[in-house]
Amino acid sequence: MKQKLVIIGNGMAPGRMLEHLLELAPDQYEVTIFNAEPRVNYDRIMLSPVLSGEKTFEEIVIHGDGWYIKHGITLYKGYKVTKIDRAAKTVTTENGITESYDKLVVATGSAPFIIPVPGNNLAGVLSYRDLDDVMAMMLAAKSRGNAVVIGGGLLGLEAAAGLSEQGMNVTVLHIMPTLMDRQLDAAAGHLLKAAVEARGITVLNGANTKAILGDKKVEGVELADGTVIPASLVVMAVGIRPNAALGKDTGLTVNRGIVVNDQMQSSDPDIYALGECAEHSGTVYGLVAPLYEMANVLAKTLAAEAAVYKGSVTATKLKVTGIKLYSAGDFAEAKDREEIVLRDASRGIYKRLIIKENRIIGVVMYGDTEDGPWFFDKIKKAEDISADREMLIFGQSYAGGVPLDPMAAVAALTPDAEICGCNGVCKGKIVDTIVAKGLTSIDDVRAHTKASASCGSCTGLVEKLLVLSLGDGYKPHAVQPMCGCTHLSHADVRRLIVAKPLKTIPQLMQELEWKTSCGCAKCRPALNYYMIAEWPGEYVDDSQSRYINERVHANIQKDGTYSVVPRMWGGMTNPKELRAIADVADKFNIPAVKCTGGQRIDLLGVKKEDLPGVWADLNAAGMVSGAAYAKGLRTVKTCVGSDWCRFGTQDSTGLGIKLEKFMWGSWTPAKVKLAVSGCPRNCAEATCKDIGVICVDSGYDIHFAGAAGLDIKGTEVLGHVDTEQEAIEVIAALTQLYREQGHYLERIYKWAKRVGLDSIREKIMSDSEKRTHYFERFKFAQKFLQVDPWQERVNGKEAHEFEAMRSFPKKMAAE
Amino acid sequence: MQDWIEVGLVDEVPFRGSRLVQTPQGNIAIFKSAEGRVFALWDKCPHKGGPLSQGIVHGESVTCPLHNWVIGLETGEVKGPDQGCARKVKCKVDAGLVFIESAALMKQVA
Repeated sequence: MKQKLVIIGNGMAPGRMLEHLLELAPDQYEVTIFNAEPRVNYDRIMLSPVLSGEKTFEEIVIHGDGWYIKHGITLYKGYKVTKIDRAAKTVTTENGITESYDKLVVATGSAPFIIPVPGNNLAGVLSYRDLDDVMAMMLAAKSRGNAVVIGGGLLGLEAAAGLSEQGMNVTVLHIMPTLMDRQLDAAAGHLLKAAVEARGITVLNGANTKAILGDKKVEGVELADGTVIPASLVVMAVGIRPNAALGKDTGLTVNRGIVVNDQMQSSDPDIYALGECAEHSGTVYGLVAPLYEMANVLAKTLAAEAAVYKGSVTATKLKVTGIKLYSAGDFAEAKDREEIVLRDASRGIYKRLIIKENRIIGVVMYGDTEDGPWFFDKIKKAEDISADREMLIFGQSYAGGVPLDPMAAVAALTPDAEICGCNGVCKGKIVDTIVAKGLTSIDDVRAHTKASASCGSCTGLVEKLLVLSLGDGYKPHAVQPMCGCTHLSHADVRRLIVAKPLKTIPQLMQELEWKTSCGCAKCRPALNYYMIAEWPGEYVDDSQSRYINERVHANIQKDGTYSVVPRMWGGMTNPKELRAIADVADKFNIPAVKCTGGQRIDLLGVKKEDLPGVWADLNAAGMVSGAAYAKGLRTVKTCVGSDWCRFGTQDSTGLGIKLEKFMWGSWTPAKVKLAVSGCPRNCAEATCKDIGVICVDSGYDIHFAGAAGLDIKGTEVLGHVDTEQEAIEVIAALTQLYREQGHYLERIYKWAKRVGLDSIREKIMSDSEKRTHYFERFKFAQKFLQVDPWQERVNGKEAHEFEAMRSFPKKMAAE
Repeated sequence: MQDWIEVGLVDEVPFRGSRLVQTPQGNIAIFKSAEGRVFALWDKCPHKGGPLSQGIVHGESVTCPLHNWVIGLETGEVKGPDQGCARKVKCKVDAGLVFIESAALMKQVA
């Protein structure tokens, strides 16, 4: 019979522990997890990139809901355990759920330390610990006001950089004389201060917070010397404390954290503690690498294998784009220690090695951190460095006197050299796994070994190992650049537009170092779309970056004439509209009139200079642009549904009209065609559209990702909804997700294939909060987009498009 | 000696865009780069006769709206792997006015 394993807490440490345990002993335990945070396991060390806008929450999830289901793990999200009964061997949650255990793992993590000053509970005072904090900061940052970050350590500086990226005016208060004093010496702290200040962040060292001012909401911070700094947001990042209260209440031995032995066992043999809440040999840890080492030991212990945790040496990296900083080990000055220092002021480089008895015991690097892991490896192995001492500070390339190329340097690493510090993966494990499993890409290596799967800073090393192992067999995951003007991919560019943020095309080309003066016909339309999608109401459309069809709101034909398609909502028309179309065709000698595949009427062969006249007459009859030329919402095709059809289950025509009236005008990465069929006979052919609806008796089946062009593909089912209003909300939310994630010219079916159908279903169908979020963003953007472009041009907008600069009559030319 | 004929103001041509001059021999496209340099070509792509004036102007090139051939504005020559040449019209800017060679209007008549 399976033993019952209960875990309190669902952070990165227990997540990693379970991964190992499932590998070692998949059938030994029935696992139940209680998580006070209402979420799955995500990568907490990547919160800073989320705050700065470089990543989204979805990108930092480690285990999605599916992972728990697949492994038969019961996960209680948002359930806080308040009681452990050691005699009965049960745990009980706040809301009264009791679960019995054979083995219990306490992984309650840590809580931010809130400094005891007046006003520390005002609205607008936040800590920096979990996703809720990040969301609150991002919301507060929208005010573009003043923020104060208390604490100039790792977290504080990452928070400050993130808030500054979000447009806030940030001041960092640090009580010590130099920044990151626990990881850096004074010299590196000084260089760091200059780099942080260069980003427009004010740094006050030696600043002692006396009070946080404000009535109900924070208004400022007062220092001990009387200085008052106005602020609408205060972030406390002065440190963390182990969350050991539950252990204490239960009667376990607790100092700062829950005391554990080398097997992670607490004073009760059936209870283990893991992660930031655990104290081992008098030390508590707050960085990910030691937590993962503990997780390995605990997994083995639970699988009844011998394992010993001996404590960890830690290395630190600052995750602020553009600032390179690395420190590891012990670097305090002392009598029995020597140091080797390299300074290069013009390049902003500082390196210091601390040496004791011919062994490196600490390293601090600023500006160039390439050799950090190499030194760290020597610290951990306590390697005797007396032989290489002279060249040591120049790093690995100069070790042994002969400069090595980077590839040879990686080849020279021993199998037990650590490549990925976050996940503790060494070279041998990576190389062996590449060979044994036939891995061919970085993603494969991440999936199988976890190397480079957390912060990603070792990706270059992992890539070199792939080259070394596979030779020519390794085809680097081709980052397809957008075009010849840049080395960046569409995904990179979209990410950076948000992260920086970039709000005009010239600014983007400057900051992302475009190789051409003003782009090309490939990138400019894409950039123009990305700007429109990201900055609704702010960005001014650049018509010279539009393809001709979108620039003049008609479709160019092979002879240089244009075709004009007025909108017919849901494919419905009437005698008045038809008469107006007939009259326009007569008046302007339009040579061809045709029905389109999307149930519209196409007037072909219109001369460019006639376009405003044609539009004026169609406008007069109440018709607007059908956007048949747009990378945007095209048509909603419908059948007659329950209005007329004896099989119709719902008002498919009505829904089609509502959808089209709600969604017209929207720009999207590529064209979007919809259809609504009133019953599964599907006369509107909804199952090969970008988005389709099949009405059924019980409601609406929503489909997406079909294709009937270059590729033929049936749709996938997104989900079922009961009401028309929900159908509209789901479809608009789906469209918005596509607007935000799609690469330019990538149709919905290709986008869905790239990001995965489940990731889309999860956001749009499973999570009503996210759906509402995307729906609201769509609605907001529509406020600026639902203007008839024909009407604007009838009224004189961009008149130069439709008039010749000069016309020479025949007579004059013949003179 | 070169005879010139005035066709309009430089300011009437949008940056990274173009305007048309209609003649009995066909349309001439007047282009203006982002930096304000002015060029003139017969409005016909050497590939399938597409109206170059309707393309996207980038650097000193235009991409034809029909099949994305890229044409150099200075010479009319096709760039990249395709081959061909659009017919160039000599032009100049003087005191804010654009002039084209008057021969362009006479060619087939003369």
